[in-house]
Amino acid sequence: MTLSTLSRRSLLKAGAAGLAATALPFGFAKAQSPIVLGAVYVGPRDDFGWNQAHATAMAILKTVPGVTVIEEENVPETDAVSQSMESMINLDGANLILATSFGYYSPFVVDLAKKYPDVQFRHAAPLWKEGDPTNAGSYFCYLNQAHYVDGVAAGLSSPTGKLGFVAAKPIPSVLSNINSFLLGAKKTNPAATVQVIFTGEWSMPVREAEATNALIDAGCDVITCHVDGPKVIVETAEARGVKTCGHNASQAPLAPTGFITGAEYKWSTIYSLYADLLAKGEPLPNFIAGGYHNDMLQNSPYGAGATPEAIAAADAAIAGLKASEPIYVGPLKDNAGNVVIEGTMDNYDPVLDGMNYLLEGVVGSLT
Amino acid sequence: MDSSAIVTVLIAMLGGAIRVSTPFMFVALGETLTEKSGRINLGLEGNLVLGAMVAYAISFHTGSPWLGVLAAGVAGLILGALHGYICKLPKVNDIAVGIAFMSFGTGLAFFFGKPYIQPSAPRLESIPLGNWTGNPALAQALQVNPLFFVGIVLAVAMAWALRNTRWGLIVRMTGDSAASAKAMGVSVDLVRFLATAAGGFLAGIGGAFLSLYYPGSWNQGLSSGQGLMAVALVIFARWNPIRCIFAALLFGAAGAIGPALQSVGISQGYYFFNAAPYILTLFILIASASSKGAAREAPGELSITK
Repeated sequence: MTLSTLSRRSLLKAGAAGLAATALPFGFAKAQSPIVLGAVYVGPRDDFGWNQAHATAMAILKTVPGVTVIEEENVPETDAVSQSMESMINLDGANLILATSFGYYSPFVVDLAKKYPDVQFRHAAPLWKEGDPTNAGSYFCYLNQAHYVDGVAAGLSSPTGKLGFVAAKPIPSVLSNINSFLLGAKKTNPAATVQVIFTGEWSMPVREAEATNALIDAGCDVITCHVDGPKVIVETAEARGVKTCGHNASQAPLAPTGFITGAEYKWSTIYSLYADLLAKGEPLPNFIAGGYHNDMLQNSPYGAGATPEAIAAADAAIAGLKASEPIYVGPLKDNAGNVVIEGTMDNYDPVLDGMNYLLEGVVGSLT
Repeated sequence: MDSSAIVTVLIAMLGGAIRVSTPFMFVALGETLTEKSGRINLGLEGNLVLGAMVAYAISFHTGSPWLGVLAAGVAGLILGALHGYICKLPKVNDIAVGIAFMSFGTGLAFFFGKPYIQPSAPRLESIPLGNWTGNPALAQALQVNPLFFVGIVLAVAMAWALRNTRWGLIVRMTGDSAASAKAMGVSVDLVRFLATAAGGFLAGIGGAFLSLYYPGSWNQGLSSGQGLMAVALVIFARWNPIRCIFAALLFGAAGAIGPALQSVGISQGYYFFNAAPYILTLFILIASASSKGAAREAPGELSITK
C-alpha cells in the first residue's frame, strides 16, 4: 500500500515538475510548443443540448496544428472534476483546460489554477473576475438574448399568454433566461406570464417530463426550458399538443407541429478565436463574452408553431439585439414586489450576472 | 392552498403514480422473484438501463416498439442469466457480482447507445381511459400504458403462483432453506439461475417502458438510479409481489409532488419536495422494519440475512 502510494506521488510530482520545466520559459509564447487541451463535460457529448453544443464547436480546435484535444464526459460538479483535471494535467500533460459546466468553477477551477500556475484554465460561465487567478478565465454567450427572442415569438404564438418554463437550478444564467423570456413575451403580449418549475438537476428525464405535464395541466400552452438536454421536454409537450421553444441546440425536428424557435449558442465563434490565438502563439483573453451583437448566438429556424406575426416580431427583435437594444428596461420589479432594476441596463452589464430574482410576471420562487 | 389546487395536486399524484410506477414495478417484481429463491441481484439497474437502450434501438430500426420491448426483455434475461451463472461458482458473493453487473449493464448501454441519443424511435401507445371525465388533466392522468396492466396482472399471478403452485413452493424452499431443497432433490443452483434470469427479463422490460413510453427517450441520465430504488422497494414491500405494486405506485405518486406543488404556486422548498419519495421510503422502511413480521418474511437464505 505504502509503496504504491509513494510511487504514485513521486510520479505525480515528477510529472508536474516536468511540465513546469517545459511550460515556464515558453508558455504559449512559442507557437511550436505543443498545446494539450483538456475539455471536461458534465454530461454526454451528444445530449441534444449543452454538452453537444460545446463538443461540436470543440471540433474546430482539433483542426489546429500542434493542438491535441483530450475530452472527458459525464464528470460531475464535485471533487471528481478536480481529479479529472489533475489527471489531465499530470498524466496527459494538458496545459489548457476548458471546463464547460457552471459548477466546475468555484472552488475546483480556482483552486487548481492556484496550484498549477503554468496551466491555463478557461471556464464556460461569466464567473471570472479581477483578483481571480490570472491563468484562469471565463468565456460565455449571453443566451438570455436568444431566450428573449423566443419570448417575443412565444407571446404572439400562445393563445392564452400562459407560458411554462422547466428550469434546472436557480443560478443567475438560468434566471436571466427565464426573466428575458418573460420580457420578450411581454413585449408582444403585455398580459403574458411565465410559470417556472425547478427540477433541481441538470439532467433528470423523468422529473423533467413530470414538470412538463404539470405545467401543461396548469394551463400553459407554450413550454420552454433550461436543462442540459431538452429532448424529453420538447417531445412530451409535442405529444400533448402544446407548442415549444428550444434551448442549447435545435430541437426543431423533435416537434414538427409545435416548435416555435429556440435559443442556441454559437460556441464556435469563441473556439475559432481560441484556435486562432493558439495557432499564432498569443495568450487567450481572461474574459470574453458576447451575444447577438458579436455573432455568438442564433435562434433555431422557425417551426410550424410560430405564427407569421411571431416570425416578423422575432426577426425584428434579433435586429434590435444586433444593434445592442436593451432587454432590461427599468424600472422592473421582482415577483415579490421589490424594485430590482431601476434604470435601463446594458445587455452586458455585469450587475445582471448576479441576478437572484424572478421578475414580476414569473410564477415561481428560487428556494 | 384552495380546493382546486389540492385537486390539481391529487390528479398529478394519480397521474404520476400511473406514469412513473411501471419501471419500479417490473424491476421490483423481478427482484422479488430472484430474492425469493435466495439470491440478491443488485445489478438490475444495469438491466434497466440496457433494456431501455436496446428497446429504443430495436424500435428505431424495426419500427415496432413491441419488438423493442421483447428485445429489452431478452437483453435483461441475458444479463440476469450471466449473474445467475457466475453466482453458481463456488465462493462468489452475489452482492459483489450484482454491483459489477450494474456497472457492466450501464456501461454496455452507454457504449452501444451513443448513436441512438439523437434519433426518435416509434413509441408505445397508451390507452385513453379518462375521456369520459371531461377533465383534460384527469384524462391525461388516465392515459395508461398496457405495460402498467401487465405489471399488475403479473404481480397477482406471481403472488398466487408462489403460494399455490409446486413451482412456487420450490422457489420459496430454495430461498428459505437450501438444505431442505437439496434433501428434496431440487437443484438449488438451477432454481436460482432460472429465478435470476427471469428477474433480469422483467427488469429489462421495465427499461423498455422508460425509453419507449415515459419519459420516452433514450439518454444516459434516463434511469438516474431507478433500478436501485426498485431493489430497495422489494425490502420495503417485504418480498410480497402485491405490496411491490403499492410501493411502486406510492413512489411514483410521491415523485409527482415536487413538480405538481410548483405548478399550483407552492414553489418554496422544491428541493425538499423533490426528495419526497426518498424521505417517504425511509420513514416507511423504519416503521416496517421495527415490526417483528419483517424479519420473518425475509427469505432465510439471503446473504444479507444469513
